[in-house]
Amino acid sequence: MNTTVKELLSQPDRKFNAKELALLAAYFRSVMFDVLHQRGTGHWGGAASSAELTTCLYFNRLNIKADDPKWEDRDRLILSKGHASVNLYTMLSHRGYFPVEDLPSFRTLGSHLQGHPCMKEVPGVDMSTGALGHGISIGLGMALAAKQSKKNFWTYVITGEGCLNEGQSWEALMSAAKFKPENFVLMIDYNKVQLDGTEDQIMPLGPLAEKLKAFGWNVCPKAYDGNNTEDVLDSFAWMDSEGAWPKAVVYDTIKGKGVSFTEGKNTWHGAVIDDDSFAKGIVELNADIEKKEAAL
Amino acid sequence: MSDAMRDAFGKKLAELGATHPELVVLDADVSSSTKSAYFGKAFPDRFYNVGVAEANMVDIAAGMATAGYHPVVNAFAIFLALKATDQIRNTICYNNLPVIIAGAYGGLSDSFDGASHQAITDIAIMRALPNMQVLVPADAKQAEQALEYALKQTGPVYIRLNRNAMPDLPVAESIGTVCSAEGTDVTIAANGITASFANEAAALLAKDGIKAEVLSVPVVKPLDVDTLKASVAKTGKLLCVEEHVLAGGFASSVSEAFMKQGISCKFDAIGIEDKFTETGAYVPLLAKYGISAENIALRAKELCK
Repeated sequence: MNTTVKELLSQPDRKFNAKELALLAAYFRSVMFDVLHQRGTGHWGGAASSAELTTCLYFNRLNIKADDPKWEDRDRLILSKGHASVNLYTMLSHRGYFPVEDLPSFRTLGSHLQGHPCMKEVPGVDMSTGALGHGISIGLGMALAAKQSKKNFWTYVITGEGCLNEGQSWEALMSAAKFKPENFVLMIDYNKVQLDGTEDQIMPLGPLAEKLKAFGWNVCPKAYDGNNTEDVLDSFAWMDSEGAWPKAVVYDTIKGKGVSFTEGKNTWHGAVIDDDSFAKGIVELNADIEKKEAAL
Repeated sequence: MSDAMRDAFGKKLAELGATHPELVVLDADVSSSTKSAYFGKAFPDRFYNVGVAEANMVDIAAGMATAGYHPVVNAFAIFLALKATDQIRNTICYNNLPVIIAGAYGGLSDSFDGASHQAITDIAIMRALPNMQVLVPADAKQAEQALEYALKQTGPVYIRLNRNAMPDLPVAESIGTVCSAEGTDVTIAANGITASFANEAAALLAKDGIKAEVLSVPVVKPLDVDTLKASVAKTGKLLCVEEHVLAGGFASSVSEAFMKQGISCKFDAIGIEDKFTETGAYVPLLAKYGISAENIALRAKELCK
């Protein structure tokens, strides 16, 4: 591990700034790539696409306690695109929920790091996910529970396109606009590439922001770059600004971000990272870490 | 005959709302049918009508259950079991969340609406799900007891409710097997509302000198094998009756348990054969598909030959 990264991670409760978060995200991306290569199973494309979103949430935003994962006032995060599990596990382990050394056990028999996140197995996972399309409904339930019990915790749901292909998501969008719970945010990792092909080839979602608005959501007027930590922090500021609930932010992202030959490629949704691909890819990811470190 | 099960259940929900602040109730635009509207009227702040969206409703309930609430979701049994199967399995059961799935209009009880609305596969689906308990009350009192039991659980419970007023059975202290007639010739194990028909059948059989033991067995999972076993040890014959397809339901669960434990007896089962049902008045419809005192008596008699 890079010494600067090590220094930063020795203070996991700190609210890091955009440049520090960019370095952490670059590092975490290399960890994910390494784990997926070691195991020969898992989903690189969507995990890489969300790296800045989850890094900014876990290392700047979420009100959580790693030593008290069930703290009832904690903010909740639902990774509705559960196939990006290696991303979530990377965040939680480096945030102190379980040893980083457990990561290589991902997807092996007997490991608590199941193929898709399981809340019964892993401290810090607020909801088991995997089957797509559940997250917005579940998040709505958590946000309604906060409202019902007069608590102030926030609930964040991260979806990709796959979740929004599912009809249940649109049931949930409708009902969230009816009940309007506060502190409920939908973050869309909009990388526009699905498993079988591009969004346009598989199921066009556009105009996405307009659809969400039509469903009664307060949609951030700016489409942020979800792979840019300054943009992600700006989106957090928008969440905190006055405005109706529920709120949604559409982030433009790149599937397979960080490794040139995987970027924007549907074939890298869940492809095995073989030795050759790893050797080439890790060079690029390490170069990005150095670049982000130099920019501090 | 007292209240219909759905009325009793709805009123009990409203009653328990006063002493259970963790109780929240959700409905999918059928609260005047399921009678969860009683709760909605009494506790509007804890009642959520989510529209005709069963899958969404179940997952909303799951989210609430992770934050200290004990939700009861209400909709027609067939739509909960089929439209929300993924949510019940992957969110509720996988995470062992305390959510009560109240399936209204169970079995053929939505008789006039026809096959599209008749829940004949819900028990098979629910009992296949790990962590799920499956209760099929026989009358209004058992429906209330089922709710009281479910609220004490830390995991999911499916309660199948009936639309119509059915005869009352002898009252037990809590939801569980009730012996409504003692006998030594044949055991009739009746699931849900079939119990009242089994009781009538026992009276018919008595006229022919056959002493039938009638067990009302509302709990399909976990199955009360011991009581069934003890009865069959006396009679040596078992007739299961259920308002459900024969594949995967109550009779299946009994025969699986008996085979596994090496309990041997003469066995028969009345339920819906491998076919879809139809529109009609409830009692004649049940009779057409084998659930009548006369048919139960006939089949029990055949077992006794």
